[in-house]
Amino acid sequence: MEKQPTTNTVEEPLDLIRLSLDERIYVKMRNDRELRGRLHAYDQHLNMILGDVEETVTTVEIDEETYEELYKSTKRNIPMLFVRGDGVVLVAPPLRVG
Amino acid sequence: FQLFYSFFKSLVGKDVVVELKNDLICGTLHSVDQYLNIKLTDISVTDPEKYPHMLSVKNCFIRGSVVRYVQLPADEVDTQLLQDAARKEAMQQKQ
Repeated sequence: MEKQPTTNTVEEPLDLIRLSLDERIYVKMRNDRELRGRLHAYDQHLNMILGDVEETVTTVEIDEETYEELYKSTKRNIPMLFVRGDGVVLVAPPLRVG
Repeated sequence: FQLFYSFFKSLVGKDVVVELKNDLICGTLHSVDQYLNIKLTDISVTDPEKYPHMLSVKNCFIRGSVVRYVQLPADEVDTQLLQDAARKEAMQQKQ
């Protein structure tokens, strides 16, 4: 059996997350929530500690008469946040528009 | 397995805001266990009109699985230490 006490190669998906430590990342969560923040810690459950985070919650309101969809988003900022892994759906480098 | 458990143990006695999958509670972190179940003392419900049945409650036990977030005081957190511990934890998990 090979043992790998330290390795600098990326082998599993969790290694990709390791490369993002102390970087800003984008996290998509269940219930239409998104977070952007600086990754300070994570584990195999995808529990995470993010610093300087902005949370965006997106809701859709539907006008009963016209059936128009009105998308609203609510943002808030939190200096340091523990996120429980069972709500996490996606982890990525931050999306840049333009 | 131990990373966040040890981290929360270091925050015992601090004021935190625990956000459950359905609503908010603020309190002082009293204790935590390996499943990240949390005991909070001196709690206040952040939206009292929505959840009046908690108004008389001072302490509570929260099952770890219903927590969505825990808001932490930024100045109580050593980010360098956290990052190094996370790297070690990731290495241990691979073996």
